[in-house]
Amino acid sequence: MAEREARIDRLLLSQEIADFLYREAELLDERRYREWLDLLADDVRYWMPIRRNVKLGDDEGEFTRAQSDINWFDEGKDTLSRRVKQIETGIHWAEEPRSRLSHLVTNVQVQGAEPSFAAPQEVSVTSRFLIYRNRVETETDILVGRREDQLRRNGAGWLLARRKIILDQNVLLSKNLTFFI
Amino acid sequence: MAMNDKRGYRSGLVDLRAGEVSREIFVNEHIYAEEQERIFARAWLHVGHESQIPRPGDYFVSSMGEESVILCRDRTDKIHVFLNSCRHRGMKVCRYDQGSTPVFTCPYHGWSYGTDGRLVGVPYFREAYHSRLDKEKWGLVEVAQMHNYKGSIWATWDAAAPGFTEYLGDFTRYLDLQLDGWDGREGQAEVLGGIQKWLVPCNWKFPAENFSGDTYHNISHRSVDLAGIGPSGAGRRDMGERDVSRKLHVCIPDRGHQTIHYVLPAGQLPPPAYQNAPIVAEYFRHCEEEKRRRRGEEARLVGAPGEIFPNTALLSRQPRTMAVWHPRSAHQTECWRWFFVDREAPTEVKHFLRDYYIRYSGPAGMTEQDDMENWNYAHAASRGTIARRYPYNYDQGSGTAVTDYEYQGLRVPGEVIDLTETQSSEQPMRNFYRRWAEFMEADDWSRLATWRGSERKAAE
Repeated sequence: MAEREARIDRLLLSQEIADFLYREAELLDERRYREWLDLLADDVRYWMPIRRNVKLGDDEGEFTRAQSDINWFDEGKDTLSRRVKQIETGIHWAEEPRSRLSHLVTNVQVQGAEPSFAAPQEVSVTSRFLIYRNRVETETDILVGRREDQLRRNGAGWLLARRKIILDQNVLLSKNLTFFI
Repeated sequence: MAMNDKRGYRSGLVDLRAGEVSREIFVNEHIYAEEQERIFARAWLHVGHESQIPRPGDYFVSSMGEESVILCRDRTDKIHVFLNSCRHRGMKVCRYDQGSTPVFTCPYHGWSYGTDGRLVGVPYFREAYHSRLDKEKWGLVEVAQMHNYKGSIWATWDAAAPGFTEYLGDFTRYLDLQLDGWDGREGQAEVLGGIQKWLVPCNWKFPAENFSGDTYHNISHRSVDLAGIGPSGAGRRDMGERDVSRKLHVCIPDRGHQTIHYVLPAGQLPPPAYQNAPIVAEYFRHCEEEKRRRRGEEARLVGAPGEIFPNTALLSRQPRTMAVWHPRSAHQTECWRWFFVDREAPTEVKHFLRDYYIRYSGPAGMTEQDDMENWNYAHAASRGTIARRYPYNYDQGSGTAVTDYEYQGLRVPGEVIDLTETQSSEQPMRNFYRRWAEFMEADDWSRLATWRGSERKAAE
């Protein structure tokens, strides 16, 4: 019986975390950026390394390092909030007219829960994303990759405490990254 | 309005007397193909920085014009730049971005080359080639000239090109501001790990002219000014030193290099900046004092965006970066950006600057994003048959440059326009396109080194 309950705890948590990620994606795609910011912990780290072509075995060299190298993104809530503010000015030309975005989030896997699956306070979850961006007339970008998230319990809900974004590109094929991933 | 024909470059597309440049030079694919031969195969191009390859065997794969090159340090510590293409059948011999290796082995048929470029391995050399292949003749293609300038590596495919420092001319001091320490010591710059590379759908000359010194595109960046990403939490940068300085356009005629530039009043150090970060503020305050002590009046020169002809952009103040605009087609540019800090700066200072650089520059940079939107759609809207008939206007501030500019005892060489009152000019773009047209028209360096006659006369 105990084993069955443990499996149910895991299942319920997986469902709850997936719901969180889907809701988050929906907020971004509906341009409800202020509500999205509310899902971020005050000490959130949002990191997207640059990926290099390296020789087999040089796993360390494949990614630029957080908080010491240059990355695509490596920032906290203050900078993320300023990005929202910039979009809201209505004169951020790279997002004016605004892009049409769809975040498809899939392969959601809860990797761990602390202190337990039955009473989780911190959860690590991995997922895959496919982001479709279309803007102005025919400009189209597709970004695909993996996210490694750390979520933190906040009352009945969750906050995003850390996100690592692994984009499957070397030279960035999009001219800019004016959107959240 | 006359119809444009569809052939390549011809005289008159750059008409500086009228202050006009034809849109053809941005969108015409014949002209683009000619540029590869006449500009990128002859000019000095930026390849990388020695701090990217600190040890023998280290390499960094870079690009010169459209082509892939390998920057590497051989076993004897000598730095080389090679075309990244096997001499046998052309396959790239190195397909990693960086690393360390004793040899580059072609994955197609297995020819291998030492880090000095020599052909050292040929499968079936004895059997199939009967030991008769002249290996000395079939090493990697090496650039005609390479120059290590204070750690930055430059190269050209043209053996007849003047040496790099002659190519720079009076622009040397602006590259020095990029590569010397903030405290005025020589060559203290270090490249942070992570080179940003990204594609922009526009001709390479859009970013090149923008970084030449576009002082007119304030509207592009109003949103980031409002969002406030500057080091002290407002605007997009700390403005103190600019607000008390003379604002200049400095152009080196004959060379095609140009920059925005600021000159502090005599005896004045830059006002305090980085006010939310005491350690950073103290570091820069200390450096400015040291620089004044070491360099004297020269320390009043304050860098800003500039461009070394043809496709290397400088930004020697904050965010301190260099960029290269690699041509990929008439309609596409691959931007590469290197980020610099003082090698011996405290870790906290490096981290602070890095955070600022990332939120300012590159495709995720809140400032640069809006530039790229403009370059993209300016290019796209210039391709049409009707659009091409109408040249761009480059007339701003025509005829107002002086060649004897001096401010409170400090002389600034070159063609200079003081913008402190007028705000803006297009002298840098005129300087850039004048040089561009010379490269397109002159058949060899004896006609491109136009300064040699006049400088010899001045010396006599």
